[in-house]
Amino acid sequence: MRKVSKKDVLAALRTSLPIMVTFVVLGIGYGILMQKHGFGPWWSLLSGIIIFSGTVQFISVTMLSGGSVIMAAVTALMVAARHIFFSISMIGRYSSEGKRKWYLFYALCDETYAMLSKDDGPEDVDTGSYRLLVTLFDQSAWVIGSFLGGWIGTLLTFDSTGIDFAMTALFTTVFIQQWIESKNHVPAILGVAATLVCRLLFGRDLFLIPAMVIIITVLMLMRGRIEAPGGDGND
Amino acid sequence: MTDHRHAMIIILVMGLMTLATRIVPVLIFGRGEKVPDSILYLGKVVPYTAMGLLIVYCLRDVPVLEAPHALPEIIALAVVTVTYLWKRNTILSVVIGTALYMVLVQMVF
Repeated sequence: MRKVSKKDVLAALRTSLPIMVTFVVLGIGYGILMQKHGFGPWWSLLSGIIIFSGTVQFISVTMLSGGSVIMAAVTALMVAARHIFFSISMIGRYSSEGKRKWYLFYALCDETYAMLSKDDGPEDVDTGSYRLLVTLFDQSAWVIGSFLGGWIGTLLTFDSTGIDFAMTALFTTVFIQQWIESKNHVPAILGVAATLVCRLLFGRDLFLIPAMVIIITVLMLMRGRIEAPGGDGND
Repeated sequence: MTDHRHAMIIILVMGLMTLATRIVPVLIFGRGEKVPDSILYLGKVVPYTAMGLLIVYCLRDVPVLEAPHALPEIIALAVVTVTYLWKRNTILSVVIGTALYMVLVQMVF
């Protein structure tokens, strides 16, 4: 077992803080919604551990008291399908993580992926501990938030409309950081363009899967050009 | 009263499907002692395409053709971009951008 230093904890906290704040607030929103449908804090906590995907969990609320099991399975699979794409891209990075990688993959949500795929953390921290802590902090914030939501739920009256923009803002800052760091902007433009075109063509419920297929295909076809010197700014 | 057994089954099924999207790719491609070349390559470039995908995904329900024509999103994203280019501080940009967006959608538009 590696020792976790104070420096690792501080670095992970610094990375996770904006996510944790948003997750607690969004989690409270989820907990309140669950409470309104007759499922208390323990249900929210359980769901946060078993499912741990904000989008899937929000959709699950209306299905809990009487949706078809097959529909629930198909919906979860479609909404969560983007994780396939994230997990594939982390296989190389996590190959040295031993048994811990199973936790890292199980809890790899969009936001944790955004933070851990862009770099390995500050230079002087232990990468393994840093990854584990960022993943753990993010998940804990979500689970604690949703428990709180179910608990204080009905007492709290504050209009949180628009809070989910924090996720868009977070991904945008990572996008800008990557744009500045890399010389080849083809992957960045491809991500926006392919997804936008698919959203227009396939509608709001189906666009992610064709977008991912197009992205992977184009990336493989353009491999020679993208991998050329100066093509990548990350490693 | 709510049927708790049914709710439990739904949570387990949806959890299993979500877990599958995260773990199955690793079981398929991550088995061998050496990670295939093409997977390493995708690992390097996919993060650069994934942020654009996630941004569009977050904005998938923004009505562009109806009023306010995505103005709150455009203004807030512009502020996130400018503050980030200026200070390079993620927390600062996220907090300012989100607070501004909440004010815009709740009070202005």
